[in-house]
Amino acid sequence: MDLIMQQFPVVIHSLNIGFLQTLKLFVVTLLGAIPLGLLIAFGSMSHFKPLSYFFKLLVWIIRGTPLMIQLLIIFYFPGLVLHHNIWGGSEAGRFAAASLSFILNYACYFSEIYRGGIQGVPEGQREAGMVLGMTKMQIFTHITLLQMVKRIVPPMSNEIITLVKDTSLARIIALQEIIWAGQAFMKGSQGISGAIWPLFFTAFYYLIANGLLTIAFSHLEAKLEYIK
Amino acid sequence: MSFLEVEHIRKSFGKTEVLKDISFSLEKGEVLSIIGSSGSGKTTLLRCLVFLHMADEGVIRINDDVIFDAKDPSTTKESELREKRLNFGMVFQSFNLFPQYTALENVTLAVKLHAKEREDYEKYKANIDEVIDAEGKDLLCRMGLEDRMDNYPSQLSGGQQQRVAIARALAMKPRILFFDEPTSALDPELTFEVLRVLRQLADQHMTMAIVTHEIDFARNVSDKVIFMDQGVIAEYGTPEEVIDNPQNERTKAFLANVAR
Ligand SMILES: Nc1ncnc2c1ncn2[C@@H]1O[C@H](COP(=O)(O)OP(=O)(O)O)[C@@H](O)[C@H]1O
Ligand SMILES: [Mg+2]
Repeated sequence: MDLIMQQFPVVIHSLNIGFLQTLKLFVVTLLGAIPLGLLIAFGSMSHFKPLSYFFKLLVWIIRGTPLMIQLLIIFYFPGLVLHHNIWGGSEAGRFAAASLSFILNYACYFSEIYRGGIQGVPEGQREAGMVLGMTKMQIFTHITLLQMVKRIVPPMSNEIITLVKDTSLARIIALQEIIWAGQAFMKGSQGISGAIWPLFFTAFYYLIANGLLTIAFSHLEAKLEYIK
Repeated sequence: MSFLEVEHIRKSFGKTEVLKDISFSLEKGEVLSIIGSSGSGKTTLLRCLVFLHMADEGVIRINDDVIFDAKDPSTTKESELREKRLNFGMVFQSFNLFPQYTALENVTLAVKLHAKEREDYEKYKANIDEVIDAEGKDLLCRMGLEDRMDNYPSQLSGGQQQRVAIARALAMKPRILFFDEPTSALDPELTFEVLRVLRQLADQHMTMAIVTHEIDFARNVSDKVIFMDQGVIAEYGTPEEVIDNPQNERTKAFLANVAR
């Protein structure tokens, strides 16, 4: 116990740095995947068949394979083909590769949620907009969008909470996120080695992050309650 | 020449021919009731008239202007049809109010969006929106909803929702207003408040075509009645002719079956 108390400040400092990287990956993934998912949703709903087949195939591949494999392919495959690592050897390069993998992966999952959300808005809503002379774009932004948002908040909050935990997969390409930071104290780092408790301790970070997210989402759900 | 002229409209879904050569006309200020059993094509007809469906054949004219001709591709483009829809208002059986907007916002949304297309919009923005809000409130008052303007649809009864939907359609100042069974989704005790509004509009000489199962209402309010049967107009005339003295056997059978 004394030992842990001694190690505590060093470990927490490291974990905080790692968690910052975790959060960065989380935020960048959301910023990219939320709009990209909408694009993929529209693409897969397109009446232009080749386009919709393309996006449906993409979604099928991404959802049918583990994210960890996607990370590895995106990080290593260009290097195998081009004989030089396009991501470079730095943490920034690994972060870029991880971001791309996560954005692509989550955009595909989000797109399916969006699709369900859009198709769940009754056809009569669109028709009411049309007979009022609204354009397709106006109908989407002023009528469909918010009703879709209301429908997708519960499934999206599930996905987003999963994302917080999934970021730990990025350590497979040595991204220095919080699990990576915790693991370092097992192998030996900053004079501490063979300590497994820092790894266990990372769980609190995830719990706090997801606790806050859960509260935020239930607020959002309550705010949209008036839409029936 | 009539105000609205509908000529030789045909519409099929796949192999099923739902409308078989429909022609009728409507004068300005007239009220037309469309009656007929379920599945006879009444909804499809209205939907073709407001271009929610594209008729396979036929011509639609307003004031002698051809606004739709199935043979003339320049009149059937979606971009063209959007503007032309503004000639018509449509009130749906299921109201289709926008749940995220208050009653007043439902009424003013499309008017405000449409006003943005005006050249002087940026200059007079505040004024224009103010006028639109005032007109919206006035319409809701005429519907007897002065104390419901800030309520969301989910907070309104069916009859109130349908009256908001009527106000929303009127707000676009359509030349002709279509109703598809406006009281069919309502509890019986709420139908009268919607019928009262319809009667009031008829008194103000709003040009309307109403699909309805309210035969007494059709008799009292309409100038003309159409009885539709299996995709054709089986009988057409004044309420006295069609409802009180039907000639067609199918009309007689239908009228005998509906609750009077
Ligand atoms: N979108 C559609 N696709 C296929 N068939 C349809 C469609 N809309 C209506 N129909 C068919 O057209 C016929 C007439 O329907 P409708 O116009 O709704 O009749 P009504 O309003 O008089 O009850 C029905 O047999 C119906 O099944
Ligand atoms: Mg119908």
